[in-house]
Amino acid sequence: MSMTLSLADPLVRLILALVGIFAFVALNGLVLVYVERKVAGFCQRRPGPLHVGPQGLIQPIVDALKLVGKQLLTPPKGDRVLFWAAPLLAFLPVALCFLPLPFDASLKAIELNLGLVLILAFSGVNVIALCLAGWGSGNKWGILGAARAVAQSVAYEVPLLLSVLAVAFMSGSLDLFVVTESQGAWPWQWYALKNPLAFLIFIVCAVAETNRAPFDLPEAESELTAGFHTEYSGMGFGLFFLAEYANMIVVSGVAAALFLGGYQGPVASGIWWFLAKLYAILLLIIWLRWTYPRVRFDQLLNLSWKRLTPVALLVLAGTAIAVRLGG
Amino acid sequence: MSVSNSFKDAWNYAKSLLIGLGVTGKNFVKPTITVVYPWQQVDNLSTFRGHVELIPKDDDLFTPRCVACGACADACPSHCLTVVAPPKTPKPKADAPAAALVEGRVIPKTEKAAAPEKSRAPVQFFLDYSLCSLCGQCERVCPAKSLRFSNNVYLTGSSREDFKIDLLARMKSQAAGQSAPSRPKSPATAPVSEKEKEPA
Repeated sequence: MSMTLSLADPLVRLILALVGIFAFVALNGLVLVYVERKVAGFCQRRPGPLHVGPQGLIQPIVDALKLVGKQLLTPPKGDRVLFWAAPLLAFLPVALCFLPLPFDASLKAIELNLGLVLILAFSGVNVIALCLAGWGSGNKWGILGAARAVAQSVAYEVPLLLSVLAVAFMSGSLDLFVVTESQGAWPWQWYALKNPLAFLIFIVCAVAETNRAPFDLPEAESELTAGFHTEYSGMGFGLFFLAEYANMIVVSGVAAALFLGGYQGPVASGIWWFLAKLYAILLLIIWLRWTYPRVRFDQLLNLSWKRLTPVALLVLAGTAIAVRLGG
Repeated sequence: MSVSNSFKDAWNYAKSLLIGLGVTGKNFVKPTITVVYPWQQVDNLSTFRGHVELIPKDDDLFTPRCVACGACADACPSHCLTVVAPPKTPKPKADAPAAALVEGRVIPKTEKAAAPEKSRAPVQFFLDYSLCSLCGQCERVCPAKSLRFSNNVYLTGSSREDFKIDLLARMKSQAAGQSAPSRPKSPATAPVSEKEKEPA
């Protein structure tokens, strides 16, 4: 370790963290594609990918190579700059969202006492990317998908923020490390059991925020072919795909840290507990996708504005009263 | 009133969502029922309706039960069967069956006056499977019960000619080999037991 480039230097740590995060996201993208297809298969009593490599293990790598090898086409009536800015804008902010995630007590990318705010702010950029993608395509399905994405994202960010705020009330901090530390190692000390309604609202909104089934309205194949990414080929589509999985990992990580005690566990606290909880939530999200049919768009908005938002407000008020009386 | 109703609704929705997760969750842990074809094969071929084939006599596996009456060819709505009966006269005209075959014409029923010791088995029995609609009329009308659906599920071909099947030759080759040569020649072929698969 030289004097000029020490691990204590914030810039060095940031670059190392970003490299690590990109590797983590890419690796997880491949693994999750495989897991998703295997879970889909098993839920339907099929074997899933089977022929490329042992048990189809090489399948996602081959798919990625195929995507990389494809020609990048720009629709002639689209807006070239916006069209190509969108996939980058979808992917890059998600990578930043990993920075404040508490993987382990000592595994910090940056010192940040507002980590939760950073995640919520940058995950909001995603909707701009979808909007630009739909608009830049110059395609009716793209525009409809983009409009849906915006309406859905606005609707579900409200109860999501309210449920997060309830946890922030209970822990008294917006730093994910502090929130994690304020919970104990045992399940009954976790906020998921102390405030189950907030946890439930968070999971529902997280699925909706990541545009996953049953809330995958922006890319509803049956109505909009592929919605905002109809016109994207090759890695343009690949980046959206990767961003979707990265978003899933981020919301699962946030849920694990906020509600499930993060890296703390009954025995041997550490990064494995965080990863185990993260993958458990990811598996739940995948399981949901292969269980429920897609909701109608009015049902989607009604659920958010008429049910989740009032309930989240009540939960927040109840939490505030409980914290005031208890503390 | 309406508030309590909406709570009841929400409770019902939540319950149905959990039931849905239970259904997929249960199927997730059950073994898969896909038969991965080249390595595994289904064993319920007895119910498969493939192209028709000739049934041999019980005591002579090389001779069909068929009496060359032509009822099957008459009944066939698609005209895909060609039955050539043995010649009526003792001295056969060499080109008669071939001419009939060329014209796609069916030789009329053999007359009752034919010698009883003489075999009535057809000399030619062709099926043009590219025309067949598997309606089963030929099997139904056959007075000698000499036709049945084969379970030749692995039939493939690269030209129309591959589906003009000489049923007599097929029956004889089956009798010689005791079983039809199945198409996939993969050595690791193992039929899947019926018990492993549950009814849908």
